Amino acid sequence: MTQTTAQASSAPVSASVPMLQLKVKVLRFDPEKDKKAYWTTYDVEAQPGDRVLDVINHIKWYLEPSLTFRRSCMHGICGSDAMLINGRNRLACKTLVRDVAKSGGTITVEPIRGLKVEKDLLVDMEPFFDSYKAIMPYFINESPAPAAERIQSEEEAERMAHSSNCILCACCTTSCPIFWVNGSYLGPAAIVQAHRFIFDTRDEATQQRLGIMNQNTGVWRCRTAYNCTEACPRDIPITQLIEEVKRAVMYGQA
Amino acid sequence: MHHRYDVLVVGAGGAGLMAALYAAKGNVSVACISKLYPTRSHTGAAQGGIGAALGNVQEDHWEWHMFDTVKGGDYLTDQDAAEVFAKDIIDAVYELEHMGLPFSRTPEGKIAQRKFGGHTRDFGKAAVERSCYAKDRTGHMILQTLYQQNVKAGTTFFNEFHVTDLLIEDGRCQGLVAYELSTGELHTFHAKAVILAAGGYGRVFKITSNALTLTGDLMSIYYRKGLPLEDMEFYQFHPTGLAKLGILVTEGIRGEGGILRNDSGERFMERYAPTIKDLAPRDIVSRSIITEIREGRGVGRDKDAVNIDLTHLPREVIEGKLAEITDLARTYLGMDPVKDLVPIQPTAHYAMGGIPTNLDGLCLSDGSGGTVEGLYAAGEQACVSLHGANRLGTNSLGDLVVFGRRAGIAAAKYARQVEYPDMPEGAQRESVDLFERLRNGSGKENAAAIRKDLQESMMNNVGIFRNGKDMAAQVEILKELKARYQGVTVSDPSRRYNSELIEAMELGFMLDCAEAMTASALNRTESRGAHDREDFTERNDTDWLKHTMAYKNLNKADDVIIGYKPVALKGFTRAFEPKPRVY
Repeated sequence: MTQTTAQASSAPVSASVPMLQLKVKVLRFDPEKDKKAYWTTYDVEAQPGDRVLDVINHIKWYLEPSLTFRRSCMHGICGSDAMLINGRNRLACKTLVRDVAKSGGTITVEPIRGLKVEKDLLVDMEPFFDSYKAIMPYFINESPAPAAERIQSEEEAERMAHSSNCILCACCTTSCPIFWVNGSYLGPAAIVQAHRFIFDTRDEATQQRLGIMNQNTGVWRCRTAYNCTEACPRDIPITQLIEEVKRAVMYGQA
Repeated sequence: MHHRYDVLVVGAGGAGLMAALYAAKGNVSVACISKLYPTRSHTGAAQGGIGAALGNVQEDHWEWHMFDTVKGGDYLTDQDAAEVFAKDIIDAVYELEHMGLPFSRTPEGKIAQRKFGGHTRDFGKAAVERSCYAKDRTGHMILQTLYQQNVKAGTTFFNEFHVTDLLIEDGRCQGLVAYELSTGELHTFHAKAVILAAGGYGRVFKITSNALTLTGDLMSIYYRKGLPLEDMEFYQFHPTGLAKLGILVTEGIRGEGGILRNDSGERFMERYAPTIKDLAPRDIVSRSIITEIREGRGVGRDKDAVNIDLTHLPREVIEGKLAEITDLARTYLGMDPVKDLVPIQPTAHYAMGGIPTNLDGLCLSDGSGGTVEGLYAAGEQACVSLHGANRLGTNSLGDLVVFGRRAGIAAAKYARQVEYPDMPEGAQRESVDLFERLRNGSGKENAAAIRKDLQESMMNNVGIFRNGKDMAAQVEILKELKARYQGVTVSDPSRRYNSELIEAMELGFMLDCAEAMTASALNRTESRGAHDREDFTERNDTDWLKHTMAYKNLNKADDVIIGYKPVALKGFTRAFEPKPRVY
């Protein structure tokens, strides 16, 4: 099914920039009526600086109102709109049209892999958040807090800079081949969260978290495929952080 | 399905999560309902910091913070709220640190602080370093930390549940009705106390920093009951949104030394705010930018932006402390702040007005002390009137934790003292009617097209500069848009994840917020803070040192009844006389 449309644009570029004529192939699936997923192609006109999310929104608002996906902030901080764009996990609001298609070209859009598809591009996030919750993702320090802040050096604070940058979008975990095959693997996002607390000098539950990481659902499942690092929309060096956690488990301390 | 909790929290952003945490500490059963997944609320988009007079870098005092808040709010700020806030926020920031929040640090290992617009020492004498920050993702870290603490506390979450109605009878809240996106089922939640913390409504404007989900749902539901919305005319435009996109560029960029420049490279803020220049409060900087643009000194093809210049700053500051915005400029504009000037323009950002509350978050039903028993509100959705006519930068994150906490404590205390209220007959009737209407309309109108017309007209007619003629026109435009909205029909018949139905419902909420806002703004014939009228250019304390209370006329369509509430001109120990605002 192909439909035609006017432009999807919201980009800041001027009218002198030529519009791109695109085909957007979306993998659609509604378990209420479909036995299996199918592709639908939409013809869309877009500016090079448009976000892929602008294009998908346009399709929903003016061509195919039933098309379903998550989205919220529109600039890469809420993590709602993780999807497979041209075969790679990305946030649709952080991916510009010009970076994934030329005029006359095609953009393919599919749900992220390894989580059950609920409808179109929208997947069940519960298993992902279950893994998150499994690593005790909260600060633990039972000693009495001082009147002011706990002192921590700039260097010590910087140890958390990468791992605390995570927005839980699931791009990493759902790009991991081990996670696809073995859903009980906690996955890269949960390990990044564990890293954030293991390497926090103020936290007192390091040994418990290292114990969780040492279980057979934990860090040793990682086969260093680097997919997670490539998929991360926040440029977190995830493979490196996983290696740091492995080393901490190995030597029993952070 | 039917549920019962002592305290229900609507919204899982900073205010909702803080309220839920504190309600849970009060030994009552608590559930949190959010239309998003946790950690996806818009608190995460706040970048620059949370202001508190810790004095970690320079001498600072809560009295100075209170003064800046009151003066920044153009004296419409309730001073009792400002005093409570400026004191409480100090403890609240330490508490966030004790919850593990990874703040940036000083060389001594304390919480780092930096300059921000409108933050001064000695009651306005010079800029002061008051904004506590975690790089330029402070809101992201607050949201993550508070969600983590709720996971630890075992708070029950209902994710992707859209509240469709509040149940209020005889002045008491009994609970609410919500639509579960994954099943299409309506749920009734019975509660002793409800805390509303569902955020703002920036999506009524075309250029906005706000998420697509910020559609003013609960403000509208409150207003539809004939209850008032306070100070809706005060809507803040953040001076630095990425040109055309409106994506927020933190004020921390100016706090770190960024300079605004017009087409000739002039540092124009020297003319508008000679003392603190680029660090003037947001309303002043936004108007200065628009004035430069109107007088032909803008940059870009349409000459409708100005530049922010960071090129004189060290690369490590730009890529370290300002990494988030550096990434945004590179991603969306293909520009590198290390060597390029970045075009920005004001973007609709923050509602100073909303559901009126007292200092404990209890919702007010009128301007003379009436309350809605069992109903509380906090965060951007609420108007305790901390922000007055213009919110000081960093006070939104402060507002969330201080007043979210107070609402959580008060709601739990109330819930411990009372029995469950009776539930009304047919609690779901209004919600069923709402969806029936949307599924069975005449089908000639497209919700997206109406929304676009709403956003463009609000931007043009009730934006940064306003006048009576344009706003009167907007009143008529809103009537037409509401009439067209009656012709919207949802075409997708499915029950599960019907996001078309949700978007259509949200549009109805936005139209209400726009109505209350436009009527309030047209009525206020003066200029104050973010409300700047070309036909009434002066602040008028004689007639207008009062809060607007806008009520929907339940007996006459499209009519708004305006009432008032006095401004609290004194705190508990300090009071600041209204004075002209010069910087």
